[in-house]
Amino acid sequence: MKSLTSHYDSLFLHVVTKAIVPLIQIFALYVITHGHYSPGGGFQGGVMMAASILLLRITLGEASYRRFPREAGLAIAGVATLLFCLLGFASVVFGGNFLEYGMAVPGADPVRLRYWGIFWAEVFIGFLVWGALVAIYDALVTGGVE
Amino acid sequence: MTVEFIEIARYPYILIVALLLVGLYGMTVKRNLLKKVIGMTIFQTSIYLLFIQGATKQGATIPVLDPALGNEDPTLYMNPLPQVIVLTALVVGVAITAVALSLLVLLYRRYGTLDEVELLRRMKEQAS
Amino acid sequence: MRFASILLLAAVGGFLLWGSGDLPQRGDPESPASTGISTYYIQNAYHDSDTPNMVTAVLADYRGFDTFGEAVVVTAAALSCLVILLRRRRREDGSETGVFPDLDGDAPGGAA
Repeated sequence: MKSLTSHYDSLFLHVVTKAIVPLIQIFALYVITHGHYSPGGGFQGGVMMAASILLLRITLGEASYRRFPREAGLAIAGVATLLFCLLGFASVVFGGNFLEYGMAVPGADPVRLRYWGIFWAEVFIGFLVWGALVAIYDALVTGGVE
Repeated sequence: MTVEFIEIARYPYILIVALLLVGLYGMTVKRNLLKKVIGMTIFQTSIYLLFIQGATKQGATIPVLDPALGNEDPTLYMNPLPQVIVLTALVVGVAITAVALSLLVLLYRRYGTLDEVELLRRMKEQAS
Repeated sequence: MRFASILLLAAVGGFLLWGSGDLPQRGDPESPASTGISTYYIQNAYHDSDTPNMVTAVLADYRGFDTFGEAVVVTAAALSCLVILLRRRRREDGSETGVFPDLDGDAPGGAA
């Protein structure tokens, strides 16, 4: 039986995958960062980023671990969760509530602060979903760390 | 007009209940644990549909502010709240499915089957 | 057993259909869900946070704590997948790793 981590010996598949993955990732970053103006945001963009990595995993097999290491998924998810938590505490320092972005910097315009707070929250959610989904795929396919 | 509107307006609930019953059938009648997980995801999908169809308003547009429409009249935009709740529930649903599948992998590694009755039989056999 | 399950399913379906009679019609602008807090979101999202997309404003600002908890759930699920599937492995000093040593390992008579 063919192992799930092996790759497919098809030149076309490899060339097309290597060409299309950067495009998917750029579009995913566009979706993450334009959540303010159009349908989109962290969850959708993060799932698209994860899809690009899974495409690499399925077509390239073991060789994709050089491009995106197996430990990187969980590391990205954990760091993004921590940064989201710190973003929430930024306003607590100046007397606001948790995740009340308008209080994060004293003296600044609260409306713009909330705009940038939403932006960074979306970015952290996107990276978190990306890392978590890749980590789940790796865990299910390779059966945990060998 | 009104009678027709009422009759047509009930059909989403019938479809959602049908989908929910399909999921519940998979969860209760099927013996394979993997099919039970598939039934669970179908069940979840019916709940998402119930929420998201409650967000629609007749003659409304998507909840992105259109400068031509302004933001004074809430009947011009669809309800953003169910969309947010379904958006978060979708990702949590993926997480639930992932944990369920990894538990199934663990069970299959140990007992070599996912059939409910056979699994219970092998568990008793190995315990004694 | 199978017949009883299907009978129970039919009963549940009938009950749900009966209960859906009191739900608002599809697309009703006056339904309770559409006249509650969501009107505040639609009218104030742009003034409060400069964000035209109301879904994003509600997701990350008004209900940010909900989203934060959900983010923690996703991370915890990824972590628990990895922890559950860790294979048992013998260390140098003879002790064993793995969180569920009883459940891990191949089936004695099965096809694992």
